[in-house]
Amino acid sequence: MAKYFVKRVLLAIVTIFIITVIAFFTMNAIPGGPFNSEKASSPQVKAALEARYNLDKPLLEQYVIYVQGLFHGDMGISTKTGRDIAQTILESFKVSATVGGMAAAIAIVCGIVFGSIAALKRNTVIDRIIVFLSTLATAVPSFVLATILLYVFSMKLGWFQVWSADSHNYVLPVIALSLYPMSYITRLTKTSMLDALGQDYVRTAKAKGVSQVLVIFKHALRNALIPVITYVGPMIASILTGSMVVESIFTLGGLGSKFVTSITNRDYPMIMGTTIFLAVLMVGMNLISDLVYKLVDPRITFD
Amino acid sequence: MSEKLLEVKNLHTSFFTDSGEVKAVNGVSFSLESGKILGIVGESGSGKSVTAYSIMQILAGTGKVVEGEILYKGENILNYSKQQMKNFRGKKCSIIFQDPMTSLNPTFTIGNQLMEAILLHTDRNKEEAKARAAEMLTLVGVNEPEKRLKQYPHELSGGMRQRVMIAMALACEPDILIADEPTTALDVTIQAQILELMKDLQKQLGMAIIMVTHDLGVIASMCDEVIVMYGGRVCERGTADAIFYHSSHEYTKGLIRSIPSTQNMKQKLIPIAGTPINLLNMPKGCAFCSRCDNAMKICLEQIPEEIWVGEDHLASCWMNVKKQMEQEKVGASK
Repeated sequence: MAKYFVKRVLLAIVTIFIITVIAFFTMNAIPGGPFNSEKASSPQVKAALEARYNLDKPLLEQYVIYVQGLFHGDMGISTKTGRDIAQTILESFKVSATVGGMAAAIAIVCGIVFGSIAALKRNTVIDRIIVFLSTLATAVPSFVLATILLYVFSMKLGWFQVWSADSHNYVLPVIALSLYPMSYITRLTKTSMLDALGQDYVRTAKAKGVSQVLVIFKHALRNALIPVITYVGPMIASILTGSMVVESIFTLGGLGSKFVTSITNRDYPMIMGTTIFLAVLMVGMNLISDLVYKLVDPRITFD
Repeated sequence: MSEKLLEVKNLHTSFFTDSGEVKAVNGVSFSLESGKILGIVGESGSGKSVTAYSIMQILAGTGKVVEGEILYKGENILNYSKQQMKNFRGKKCSIIFQDPMTSLNPTFTIGNQLMEAILLHTDRNKEEAKARAAEMLTLVGVNEPEKRLKQYPHELSGGMRQRVMIAMALACEPDILIADEPTTALDVTIQAQILELMKDLQKQLGMAIIMVTHDLGVIASMCDEVIVMYGGRVCERGTADAIFYHSSHEYTKGLIRSIPSTQNMKQKLIPIAGTPINLLNMPKGCAFCSRCDNAMKICLEQIPEEIWVGEDHLASCWMNVKKQMEQEKVGASK
């Protein structure tokens, strides 16, 4: 177990290293740079700025300088705002993680509950309704959904403010973010629950005199959750880091929108910072879901 | 005459599928006395397992008992409430299944699964239940019971798992143990051990056993009484000796003919020709007649009634009726 963990962490470090290499060099390969704006600044100013951010040095050297900084916990400062990258990421991650955390929790709980209900009430009206809605929700892209939500609940019904400078209302973005993973988990749970309910050990449990409720929630559900966990780990990572589309529509200022604007701005340190942050989170969640796997399914060995 | 523990009367069980009603059991009746071993033998699809599941009320989703009675000590369990049925399962009547590899839940320890039934059906607390579970494992011949309790099913061999299944079934001292092909999935040496174990436990604990199997060898070595099933009906019943030495139904005769023996190693096996009947579309007459060498006109038209062919020996075959009529004719001409 410990050996496996260490091995995975080492592998994760290698993965993240490779990601930084790819990100750094492709980023520099895109035409344009941080200080190429429509407003022509004098060549002297531009040269001074580039020197300040080491952009005048050869690419390889720039990379080495960047990685050295990383090891000292320095992710650099934004070429756009001049603020510390680590701090910017942390601030916007707070927003994304709050909205994403709520969305992920709702998606997991509701998805598992609806999926189980659909499996238990198989071929009834309830099952058909759940399957229809979840198929619909997986098919509708999030920008369409977010726009509709904003239009109906903010513009027409006036339940929520479209935008407010001091307080954010997270209800609509949470719905917009959670619907797709919820539907996906619903369908996944339904399939694996049906599979589990048909297994011999469920029959054994029933034959022992275990009540219907316990048969379902103890014996069947635990086995049914195994495939769900595979999906949930990476899903949490991607949902926590925010969706560019949803965050832009609801003007949340989370990590997702920061990531995208950093690319259009060619804000090199910000691109690197967000990429590395996303990579660490993704790799970490994958590792956690693998460990949870072991907890749920004792047949899995790590050797 | 000893007390009738379980009586099944005219049981009809069907599965309602998209393609129609599959009549898996069509009027099966039998009774089980306490402390006896009853064998139910037949090929795949003969309705033997469905009969067993009907008694436990653990039929798959679309299955339903459509007619008949199942009396446990005189009470019809088909009228039991959910609560009463929960008490019946596992406590009064237990079942062990064919495949020990899949019949235990892979995500819970052996101890957890053993204790589950004990905690449900007795007043024991957790500690006592654990002690009882260990005691049961010892009883079924599992070594190091304390260690096994903490293990998961995948850490045990098939034979071990079937022993655990038996321990689980017997933990609450049921009156009836239904064994649904308990040895089919095991290799031959383990089969013998498990059968021996079941016989021992039966003597020790005194429960009645319903042994569902397609293995005539198991029947011969274990059972007091035997029912032969085909197409969801009972075609012959009697003591094991009567069934083996005086088979009176063409199907039973075919079954016994098809057993390979050490005396005719060089000869080919004699199979029963044809394929099992389609339960969606049952014939009007005898279920076996399409595969029977001696089928007569009446076999196509009418279902044969059960008649006595010997002491404690009944069969439903028109051949026996014919034979008896011939005997009577001879008697009249004298």
